Amino acid sequence: MSSRLARLVAIATAAGVFSGLFGVGGGTIIVPLLIIWLGYGEREAAATSLAAIVLIGALGAGVHGLYGNVDPLAALLIAVPAVVGALAGTALQQRIEPRRVALAFAALLVASAAVLVF
Amino acid sequence: MDPVELAAILAVGFVAGVTSGLLGVGGGVIFVPGLVILLGEGQLEAEATSLLAVVVVAGAGAWRQQHYGNLRLRDGVLIGVLSPVGVVAGVVIANEVPERGLEIGFAVVQLYFAWRLVRGLPEAPA
Repeated sequence: MSSRLARLVAIATAAGVFSGLFGVGGGTIIVPLLIIWLGYGEREAAATSLAAIVLIGALGAGVHGLYGNVDPLAALLIAVPAVVGALAGTALQQRIEPRRVALAFAALLVASAAVLVF
Repeated sequence: MDPVELAAILAVGFVAGVTSGLLGVGGGVIFVPGLVILLGEGQLEAEATSLLAVVVVAGAGAWRQQHYGNLRLRDGVLIGVLSPVGVVAGVVIANEVPERGLEIGFAVVQLYFAWRLVRGLPEAPA
């Protein structure tokens, strides 16, 4: 196995472990590791993380759906404005320096860590 | 639902979407409390419902990023397909290790990542 493939496998496993532990957290693991281990740019890391999250989320939502835990109307109600936001967010990301995106991500990580501990 | 609640849920969704598109996360961290507080869902139902919203939002973001030329689809699909192995390991660990230790451990990992991102990055080998 090439070291690059090994790193991708490690990222996938780590993202899965933290998702299994805390129910969320795929993106906060995938984005930094793509940058730190694979030399991804911030934009590429965010884009690739989103594609992975579609698959991870679909599996989770499917299993929850089998247990009847998913409320599709509520999901629609919150997803519609969120899609508008995501289009705005990705457009904004193309217009600001990648370095600023990295700093914003670091702020998100600190906030997430604080929420976990306190 | 009264108009104030509706406006609040739309605003929470929009903020989660911007965060998702800008930073490449799913937005569940914002969706879950939004669903619990504003729509009165239980924690489990909120997490499940959030996952469905995450799929839609991340899909829209990934599609736009493909258009911008930033998406490396093969790597993303590989991570997505392989991560369930980790999920199983995570559930096993969650049942073996005290929750408080896990929370602190994950927080430390996140702070380390934050430090690496702020410090700037050496040219990593491809």
